[in-house]
Amino acid sequence: MHILIDLYLTFTKVGSMMFGGGYAMLPILQREIVDNKKWATTEQLTDYYAVGQCTPGVIAVNTATFIGSQQAGIAGGVAATLGVVTVPAILILIIAAFLSSFMDSVIVAHAFSGIRACVTALILASVVKLFKGAVKDWPTRIIYITVLLLAAAGNFLAAPERLALVWETITSPVFLVIISGIAGLAIRSVQRSKKGGGEE
Amino acid sequence: MIYIRLFFEFCKVGLFAVGGGLATIPFLSDLGSRTGWFTSGQLADMIAVSESTPGPIGINMATYAGYTAAGVPGGIISTLGLVFPSLIIILIIAGFLNKFRESRVVDAVFYGLRAASVALITAALLQVAEIALMNHEVNGTTQLFYWPAVVLASVVFVCFSYTPLRKIHPIFFIAFSAVVGIVLGM
Repeated sequence: MHILIDLYLTFTKVGSMMFGGGYAMLPILQREIVDNKKWATTEQLTDYYAVGQCTPGVIAVNTATFIGSQQAGIAGGVAATLGVVTVPAILILIIAAFLSSFMDSVIVAHAFSGIRACVTALILASVVKLFKGAVKDWPTRIIYITVLLLAAAGNFLAAPERLALVWETITSPVFLVIISGIAGLAIRSVQRSKKGGGEE
Repeated sequence: MIYIRLFFEFCKVGLFAVGGGLATIPFLSDLGSRTGWFTSGQLADMIAVSESTPGPIGINMATYAGYTAAGVPGGIISTLGLVFPSLIIILIIAGFLNKFRESRVVDAVFYGLRAASVALITAALLQVAEIALMNHEVNGTTQLFYWPAVVLASVVFVCFSYTPLRKIHPIFFIAFSAVVGIVLGM
């Protein structure tokens, strides 16, 4: 199969299973992209998510664009992006015609209580895998814990009144990702100068 | 022309919303009040729909607003508008990273980034878990944990991580859980 068609169809499949937004896509991506297609390793998937979280746009779409373009350049990025939005767009067009009756259905509500619980478990399973690949030593453990605490505080706690702007900044994914990148750079260069004594 | 306007308005939403689906909501609510394409009530409905269909909220809202403003072509054009800016930006970043893949600097940056990425996903997981497993109302009183959901999630996690069932595609666990939800009336 031509790579562009393969990318489009694979991401159409991923897009049709993406219940619960961008993070819920993670277990599906691990299965389809890492295990089945071998288009990326678990570490690369984490990298793409990092970029997806600090660039404009929807994380799910950004990740699809990234993987597609790594496989087949610009055309690959476009094919994967179109693939991932196809099924959601068609479904919404159908639902838009009878929106209220869909939402009022008791059966749909029960089904989604079950799905939400399941998606929580699947994301947890993905996080365990990503954690093993990304958090391996003390510096990364410290980055992980610091970022988790700040991001969770930003999600769950209201901003202190006077410091609202500062609070929103230091708990935003963009800020946390950029600072962690700088920290990674700093830590690696310190490690290297200790080891090599600056012989490079 | 309405199609061109839809495309550019959703381009703007796609360009400024950083950090995923929920980040688009303030921009969408501003867009709705400026253009009258959709009301805040419709936006709230759409957030609920997005929680229960595959697909990110930003995409869903663009499709829906475009549809209400200009029919099926409107829905398609708005969706393309929303993904257009990030498509360009990611293509540029991906090209840059390919060029510098062997660079020690890029490797060091991702050494830190990767840990932060997993931490951000963990934080998002906590939010999902709170909605799915906690603060459930039963007969008028709010319970801290919604036990049927906690048990279901635990069973899925153990089966998907530690048993031979891990070979099964995740979508079957999702379908199974939907059936459990309906049968138990969760």
